[in-house]
Amino acid sequence: MGVGCRLRMPNLPRRSETLFEKDQTGDRDSFDDAALVEGLRTGSARHADHLVRTHIGPMRAVARRILGGDAFADDCVQEAFLKAFRKIDGFEGRSSLKTWLHRITVNEALMKLRALKRLDERPIDLLMPEFDENACRIEAAWPTLATTEDILERESTRALVTSKIRELPDSYRIVLLLRDIEELDTAEVAKLLDITQGNVKVRLHRARSALKKLLEPVLRGEVE
Amino acid sequence: MSRAMPSRPLRRIKGMILKRMPLMVTCEEFESFILAYLEDELPRRQRVVFEFHLKICRECRDYLAAYRRTVELGRAAFADPSAAVPDTVPEDLIAAVLDARDA
Repeated sequence: MGVGCRLRMPNLPRRSETLFEKDQTGDRDSFDDAALVEGLRTGSARHADHLVRTHIGPMRAVARRILGGDAFADDCVQEAFLKAFRKIDGFEGRSSLKTWLHRITVNEALMKLRALKRLDERPIDLLMPEFDENACRIEAAWPTLATTEDILERESTRALVTSKIRELPDSYRIVLLLRDIEELDTAEVAKLLDITQGNVKVRLHRARSALKKLLEPVLRGEVE
Repeated sequence: MSRAMPSRPLRRIKGMILKRMPLMVTCEEFESFILAYLEDELPRRQRVVFEFHLKICRECRDYLAAYRRTVELGRAAFADPSAAVPDTVPEDLIAAVLDARDA
C-alpha cells in the first residue's frame, strides 16, 4: 500500500527507533498504539505478531461469549484479525486500538451468528414477571438475597450463572451481552443489530428479567 | 424461611389503593419504568413517583433488588481475568491468524 494513501495519525512518533522498544519483562516488543499502527501499515510481520499476541486473548473471550463454542469463536477471531489488517489504513485513532478491535470482533461474531441463523426470536414470556388482575406484582418474599461474591466464590455456581445466560434466546442474550458485559451503549447496539434503540431497551429489560427468573434459586441461596 | 405472598383479597385492596392514590403507579406500570430508572433517564417527577411506589410496595422492592443483583452477577460472572491472558491462547491459533495474513 502506498504511503501517500495512508491517513495521518496525529500521535505517530517522529523517530523510527521509538517503534521498536523492548518491554521490561522480556523479549517481546512493546509498542504504543500509534507505533503499532504505523508498523502494520508498512506490512511489518513483527508488528503483526505483536498485535495478534497482545489482543487475541480478549478478542477470543468476546467471540466465545457471543458464539459459545471454541471452533466458531476461533474462526471469528481469525476473520476479525484479517479484517483489522485489511482496514488498518482506515484506523483514525479516535478510539484505542483495543476498542477498535473489540468492535470488529463483536461485528464478526454477530455476522457469524446470523450466518448460523441463531439470532432466533423465541419468546421468553414464561420467564417474565407476573402480575394479577389488579396489576399487582406476584413475587414471593425474598428473606435473603445472596451476594455476588458468595455466588461467584464457588466454581459450580459461577458456571451455573454463565450457563443460565446461555439459556436465553439469542436475540435477548446478545443484547444483554453487548450492553451489560461488553458495555456498548444503546445506540451502538441498535446499529449493530439493525433494530431501534427502543427495541434494544425492551430486549435488555426482558433479558435481565428472564435471567433473574432463571437465577432465582442461586440468588435465594438455595443452590449449594 | 417464609416466602409467603399477600393473599388475593389483600392484593385486590392494594391494587385499588395504588390505582387511586395520587402520585402513584401500579406494579405493572412500575415495571415499565425500571430500565429508565436504573439508567437515570427518568424525568424528576416520574422518578419521585417511582421511588414512592418503591417505598410502599414490598414486592417491587424485593423484585428490584433481585433484578439489580442479577445484572451485577451477569457482569461479574463474565469478568474472568484468565480470559484476557494471551498466554492461554493456543499457539496454533496465533500461527493460523498470522499465516492467513501472509496468504
